[in-house]
Amino acid sequence: MLIQAIVFLPLIGALIAGLLGRVIGHRTSEYITTGLLIIAAVCSWIVFAGYWFAPEAAEAAGHGEATKVEVMRWIASGGLDLRWVLRVDTLTAVMLVVVTTVSSLVHVYSIGYMADDPHRARFFAYLSLFTFAMLMLVTADNFLQMFFGWEGVGLASYLLIGFWYTRPSANAAAMKAFVVNRVGDFGFALGIFAAFLVLGQLNFDDAFHAVEANKDATIHFLSWDFHAMTVVCLLLFMGAMGKSAQFLLHTWLPDAMEGPTPVSALIHAATMVTAGVFMVARFSPMFVASEFAMITVMIVGAITAFFAATVGLVQNDIKRVIAYSTCSQLGYMFVALGAGMFSAGIFHLFTHAFFKALLFLGAGSVIHAMHHEQDMRNMGGLRKKIPVTYWLMIIGTLALTGVGIPGTPLGFAGFFSKDGIIEVAYAAGGSTGYIAFWALVIAAMFTSFYSWRLIHLTFHGSPRDATHGFGHDVHEDDANAHAEPDAAGNHHEEHRSAYDHAHESPPVMLVPLYILAAGAVLAGVVFNDLFFGHAEHIEHFFAGSLVVPGDLLEAAHGVPLWVKWSATVAMLIGFVAAYQMYIRDPAAPRRLADANPGLYRFLLNKWYFDELYDRIFVRPAIWLGTALWKGFDDQLVDKTLTEGLGARVKDITGRVVKLQSGYLYHYAFAMLIGIAALLTWAIAAGGLLG
Amino acid sequence: MIFSEHLLTVITFLPTLGALVLLLVGGKGEAVDNLARWIALAFTLVTAALSLWLWALFDPANTAFQFVENFDWIGDTIGYRMGVDGISVLFIPLTAVLMPAVVLTSWGSITKRVKEYLIVFLVLETFMIGAFATLDLALFYVFFEGTLIPMFLIIGIWGGARRIQATYKFFFYSFTGTVLMLLAIMAMFWQAGTLDIQQLLKFRFPPEVQTWLWIGFFASFAVKMPMWPFHRWLPEAHVEAPTGGSVILAAILLKLGGYGFIRFSISMFPDASHQFANFVFVLSIAAIIITSLIALVQTDMKKLIAYSSVAHMGFVTMGIFSGNIYGIHGAIFQMISHGIVSAALFLCVGVVYDRMHTREISAYGGLVERMPRYAFAFMVFTMANVGLPGTSGFIGEFLTMLAVFQVNTWVAFFAAFGVILSAAYALWLYRRVIFGALTKESLKGILDLDRREIAVLVPLVVLTILFGFYPAPILDATAASVNLVAENFANAIGAAPQAVAAAAGH
Repeated sequence: MLIQAIVFLPLIGALIAGLLGRVIGHRTSEYITTGLLIIAAVCSWIVFAGYWFAPEAAEAAGHGEATKVEVMRWIASGGLDLRWVLRVDTLTAVMLVVVTTVSSLVHVYSIGYMADDPHRARFFAYLSLFTFAMLMLVTADNFLQMFFGWEGVGLASYLLIGFWYTRPSANAAAMKAFVVNRVGDFGFALGIFAAFLVLGQLNFDDAFHAVEANKDATIHFLSWDFHAMTVVCLLLFMGAMGKSAQFLLHTWLPDAMEGPTPVSALIHAATMVTAGVFMVARFSPMFVASEFAMITVMIVGAITAFFAATVGLVQNDIKRVIAYSTCSQLGYMFVALGAGMFSAGIFHLFTHAFFKALLFLGAGSVIHAMHHEQDMRNMGGLRKKIPVTYWLMIIGTLALTGVGIPGTPLGFAGFFSKDGIIEVAYAAGGSTGYIAFWALVIAAMFTSFYSWRLIHLTFHGSPRDATHGFGHDVHEDDANAHAEPDAAGNHHEEHRSAYDHAHESPPVMLVPLYILAAGAVLAGVVFNDLFFGHAEHIEHFFAGSLVVPGDLLEAAHGVPLWVKWSATVAMLIGFVAAYQMYIRDPAAPRRLADANPGLYRFLLNKWYFDELYDRIFVRPAIWLGTALWKGFDDQLVDKTLTEGLGARVKDITGRVVKLQSGYLYHYAFAMLIGIAALLTWAIAAGGLLG
Repeated sequence: MIFSEHLLTVITFLPTLGALVLLLVGGKGEAVDNLARWIALAFTLVTAALSLWLWALFDPANTAFQFVENFDWIGDTIGYRMGVDGISVLFIPLTAVLMPAVVLTSWGSITKRVKEYLIVFLVLETFMIGAFATLDLALFYVFFEGTLIPMFLIIGIWGGARRIQATYKFFFYSFTGTVLMLLAIMAMFWQAGTLDIQQLLKFRFPPEVQTWLWIGFFASFAVKMPMWPFHRWLPEAHVEAPTGGSVILAAILLKLGGYGFIRFSISMFPDASHQFANFVFVLSIAAIIITSLIALVQTDMKKLIAYSSVAHMGFVTMGIFSGNIYGIHGAIFQMISHGIVSAALFLCVGVVYDRMHTREISAYGGLVERMPRYAFAFMVFTMANVGLPGTSGFIGEFLTMLAVFQVNTWVAFFAAFGVILSAAYALWLYRRVIFGALTKESLKGILDLDRREIAVLVPLVVLTILFGFYPAPILDATAASVNLVAENFANAIGAAPQAVAAAAGH
């Protein structure tokens, strides 16, 4: 019952708030959905505790056996028998805790953040719907149920990004998110079909068992023969790239910041975007059968980690900086997965959920305080106005940048998980391992730089809103500046007094931040052993729910000292650089941008991916559609063939029978003759034969 | 004589009886129109109830035809033969359940010649159900061809401004196709000596004859589906037809083509079907990709949905000619689902058309502000159209693509582009109509769904979601017959029933 409660309570909340929201009122809807989610979160922790404290008991129940709760039948056709089953093992339990905890905190936070919004009931319904879909995703027992959750979170994300539907930019972003994700799903769907063809089953256990027998099989895909598991894994990974905003399919994530900030924290930082990571970890028995797929995962992760960090350096919108940071951190997770250290990837997912949700909600608190101002160029000096938010943001930043002392169990959450991944990348070795290692170290430096830049621009220095001086002359580009509308959906035209009126957020918004801050401080040190300690402990903990490579772990723990320090040094360099450029010499960024205008614009415009995609996909699709419609359908088929042929027929029949009524009736007439002919013939034939 | 033994006859001809009753209604005026509507509603509701009863009585484990009635009629050539199996049984409730919805829309959108409108629809219902229920090829031809006449009248009399052009095209295409089918039917009789479908299914046509027969039937069904590039009549017909006409056209009439492909092409001409499979795949892919691209640039709501119908039918033909269980099962599911979803989408267009009298997408925007209920229903159907898991639209697409992946990965690869494109055109439509700020003066006073519209749309919302989560009622009812068809097809073409082993092993 515990498991059903976790999954279905959010659904019940969503239905109540969504369908009855207007009857029971906003306040009641908020309390019901939030209350149900808190219950679900408590249940999740109970389930998780079972795996945490008593792994032996779990293991005694049968190695690698997951708890399964069948709900009902789904698709049965031929040899395919898919059911709705809630599957819980250690991997799922970790995700349950992450999803329900962050979701319930975001629910609570939203009560404060969305207090003035006229559509709150709908907002909470969407949030709970999202949570339900995400829980279905992580409890999936077959590929298709995972795909259901996958698309379900996509729908919820679409609805929430476009929540302020009067804004064209929000609608565009929502659609973009859905369509780009669908590009990933294109691969995911084909991956499912290929898996079914190769493995003969779509249930996880059966499919994973079949991997061993098929690990050298080839598949005739398109016109070539490939290694079967490589094809399956790469196609599935395409889905992961879409959902987790990896390089080439990342363009939707920054735009998704059009949604309300709590949504960004829940969906676009802590949970949904990590679904791709979860997917690869879940399919770890399949991925390890394909070396090429693993290398691809690692390379894509490394490129993303680096690329997103470079873009994050110059963004001016506070949420976009954090969004690119998320994108970059997801890259870290994929590097760990690609190296084969799945538990390290999940560990970073786990810790990242806390500190990134903290940063986003903290940013939300800033935006709330500044009356929906999001452009950091108009902030500054907020430390004195909102000290609690400031210190919470500092904790989040320390956790994100991975502050800690190598060789000791002292450090914030990110220190353990991120440095662990960097060590794994080094230990993985080979050319890809080294490339990934250096990409991650450099990305760590950038991470530290843009994180402290965010803090400095927002909280330190002097206020820069319109009344307080500098204003827009710091950076002239308004390309990425967006402001969230207030409750009525209007932009605040007057920033004049934003700083003076800045106020600390109410307790309902701060309490969730305290809890997340506690997670950001402690999640690493407490759980390090379970995810990235001794191989035995990890194997005990995960009990077969993912693959644990003991050798690699040993190698990662035994890397040279300079490797262990590399991330910390990179972090310190980033910190010093940010301090130098934004505190000691605030004119430096401008000078640097002027000295390298090409590079600056390249980064500011996010490597021009949006423009590129617009040119090579969107516009040709529109052009092609129009050409096919006007050219082929209208002109060729209609005008030339159909009407031309019709005219000929009309000419001929016109000579034979002259009817005033118009050519249509010729056909009706001809048809009747046809039926008459059929009957005559049938009677005659029947008579003759009978 | 037990009532249930003649259930098919009763369901088929009850609507005609209703039409005859309507003929007796005299006079003019609002009251008479309403009386006619109530009578038509009563008849369609009873028919719908009986059709559901038929579904309930249907034994899904039995692969033979059920509710069979078999009487000689004209010599021993043409008989009055009725009966359903798992392939056809579900189309009857689909038809019968949608008819009350069509009658209900006549309250808001039809004001002239109401009685005649209803009579024509009731006759059309008989033809449609008859086409699915008959087991005699000649009767099938009559019913199949017969649907043209009422539809022709519906568009020609109650249609929009360019209705003559549209009816012309509709007729031109359909008629050209059915002439060839008629020739094929005659040829079949000379070969097999019977028009009894049950006998014909057992008869094995020589492969070289199959080719010609296949082409004859293909001409008719490909136009009816419609498959690219025989689709051109559909957008025109939809745009000009009144809402009820569009609903029936999209939901039922197109399915006659898919039903025909399964019943005749695959079952009776397996060798030819196998031979032409790649040809059909190419056309299916063209339908999925090309018409989706065209849908992307439409400015008329109905045209957009019409083009998306062509794309969805591409999945159906692709699934059928993959020839395996998943493909045929998926194709039937996709047809039922599309019957519900496309009907609902056209009803949704009808709702705003009745209020604003335009289908131009640019005339709308921000409707969610004034019409939250409508926005919700439209969202559900849009997502079903996109094929979101959890809606009925997903299962058919999934099964057909899964099936074709086993046969030809290129086809599956291209078909999967439909997944991306459908999201693009459907969400773009939704965004332009429902989202955005409500700035247009003309829309300021627009009203949300009234009670009659809710009564029509809510059951469709429920079915769309129900069959997405629990498709068993449809899949179970059809499973045994689908297995039989797929098995016969595999035996006929001499292939192993499962392609897995062949593809995976090396």
